[in-house]
Amino acid sequence: MRKIVLAGNPNVGKSVVFSQLTGSKVMISNYAGTTVEFTKGSLTTENESFEVLDAPGTYSLEPTSKVEEVASTLVDRADIVINIVDATNLERNLFLTTELLEREVPLIVALNMIDEAGHKGVKIDIEKLEELLGVPVIPTVAVSGEGLKELVNSLPRAINRKKASLNTSDRWAFIGDLVGKVQAVVHRHHSWLETLQDASLRPATGLPLAAVVLFLAFQLVIGLGEFLHEFMEDYVFEGFYETLILYLSEALGGRGFLHDILIGQLVDGAVDFEESLGVLTTGVFVELGVVLPFLAVFYMVLGFLEDSGYLPRLAVMVDRSMHRLGLHGYSIIPMVLGFGCNVPAALAARNLESRRERFIACTLMSVAIPCMAQLALIVGLVGRHGLDYLAVVFASLFFIWVVLGLIIDRVMPGYTPSMVIEIPPYRIPSFKAQVKKLGMRIRGFLVHATPYILGGILVVNILYTLGIIHFLGVLFAPAVQGLLGLPGDAVSTLLIGFLRKDVAVAMMIPLGLTARQLVIGAVVLAAYFPCAATFTVLVKELGVVDMAKSAVIMVVTAFSAGFILNLLLDTVIPAAYLAVGLVVLSLILPMVLGSTSDRRELSDLDETA
Amino acid sequence: MEVSLVDMKPGQTGIVKKIQGGFNLNQKLNQLGLREGKQIKKISSVFNRGPVTISVDNYQVAIGYGKAVRIMVEVEELA
Repeated sequence: MRKIVLAGNPNVGKSVVFSQLTGSKVMISNYAGTTVEFTKGSLTTENESFEVLDAPGTYSLEPTSKVEEVASTLVDRADIVINIVDATNLERNLFLTTELLEREVPLIVALNMIDEAGHKGVKIDIEKLEELLGVPVIPTVAVSGEGLKELVNSLPRAINRKKASLNTSDRWAFIGDLVGKVQAVVHRHHSWLETLQDASLRPATGLPLAAVVLFLAFQLVIGLGEFLHEFMEDYVFEGFYETLILYLSEALGGRGFLHDILIGQLVDGAVDFEESLGVLTTGVFVELGVVLPFLAVFYMVLGFLEDSGYLPRLAVMVDRSMHRLGLHGYSIIPMVLGFGCNVPAALAARNLESRRERFIACTLMSVAIPCMAQLALIVGLVGRHGLDYLAVVFASLFFIWVVLGLIIDRVMPGYTPSMVIEIPPYRIPSFKAQVKKLGMRIRGFLVHATPYILGGILVVNILYTLGIIHFLGVLFAPAVQGLLGLPGDAVSTLLIGFLRKDVAVAMMIPLGLTARQLVIGAVVLAAYFPCAATFTVLVKELGVVDMAKSAVIMVVTAFSAGFILNLLLDTVIPAAYLAVGLVVLSLILPMVLGSTSDRRELSDLDETA
Repeated sequence: MEVSLVDMKPGQTGIVKKIQGGFNLNQKLNQLGLREGKQIKKISSVFNRGPVTISVDNYQVAIGYGKAVRIMVEVEELA
């Protein structure tokens, strides 16, 4: 089967073309670097079946990051390359096109977003462009499917020109000449989206906007998530599902090994979805009744932020602050993704150029950013004891994020170079695309999380039944009690946390902890180690050695944080004051300490200049 | 008048004269289509050594302070 590779600059719509050609479902967003690995699909035409590969975006075949390397390698293995070109930015896109023309591979150009080019006053003479490049050029609007049929029909016309290799300045001269011949630009006025675009990049308007966006996102996730969670609990679980479970309980004879595992312990003849600890009771409830409502709302909000093109602008606004933690603005994207699930966040860190940056980003993300599954349970559990306790959890994690960043940036040699990122235009997200993406993510959660959540509950049950948890509880009691002020049995939550964090938080419920113990438990659980799924990805992304270093940092951080909270919270400082204090400290410390990275970068550039 | 991107004022346009960085910086900016002789317009910069955003042709690029100081631009006086 012949291979078609889709190649092009970042954010030109390769994944949209891919999903239209193959019918495969892939993540699509409005910012550079959504695709970090290639995706495979197949396309069958009248005469032939092809394998289609969606490559990550690259500006050139001479890669400058790990992600761009993938694209370059894929092109070498292609039988046909479809070069997706952003018609609104012909000149810059043609740099890659001319590089592709020099490779020994048949090429065809899809001139995508031709409608947007029209709106921007850019007119392109397609016949002329085709003549000058010497390969077929097909105008397309991938999101609506326009021109894709023609693109497929033109595949047999793809041709290898194998032009002589040019150096960079000759290449630009060639492109400049070519663009002059085929493109006419009419000046026109700013649209309201463009006005908003500029406003969100100016600090005077952009910083308040960033604050408003983040605040609204937070409110929406917590508010709407809580609403949906209560709806599920009241109407689905306590109404309909409980009856079903009670039937099953009766059928199983109300007791026995299988009953304990599936349904767990009935409390006064009724199901307690939080404490029964059965696979079908607590397990299903945690997944569908608690995590899913919050996760669905989070992904709805995230989908909007991604597709509108806001995230890179947020990156610009926070760049200054992130520099003090040894990162630059673009690493806000893995952080934001991490609130959904740490796995895609670790993958997104690939877009960061240096190994140093990837290490810092992955470590900070997995220590201080709890995923939505875990957050949903923390909000539900700690929130019951008052918002001040919940605030301490968030404030502690924020404080850890900042202080750890400051420390690693100082201790780790080298520096994090300043960012150079393309800012995509604002686009109004299409409702259809949003629904599709949300559906993909929810399906992904159900498929990937179900075995872990149900398996986690199963393991807990078995460990309890065999008395292992009690044994470990007694064994570790001095450490857990002395250091963290938690009962010995809390060790079980740390054990399950390796598997799945949401189940681990849920396991604190039957322990009957006080508010301060819950806060300590939640913070330690969030920070001490990534869950199995994240850990696997991190090992792959960071390598074994860096992951080991990162793991040491995690464990030390988590237990120090737990110990400090145990010393201070409620005994010395009331929850509300502690939360405010931690946030204030987190904001002041970076300003006082400044950035090592910045100084190192400036002196390094002085040497090379 | 030749100044760095950092010292340009938002709204000003200019021609890129010199990129005073190492090979990597030049290569990276070059691939993005930002090279000597290119006309650019500054959109914004974030205070206290924040990134500078410029528009080139039909796209926008944000450049961190450490790199923006290295890009020298001949500012076009407004008529």
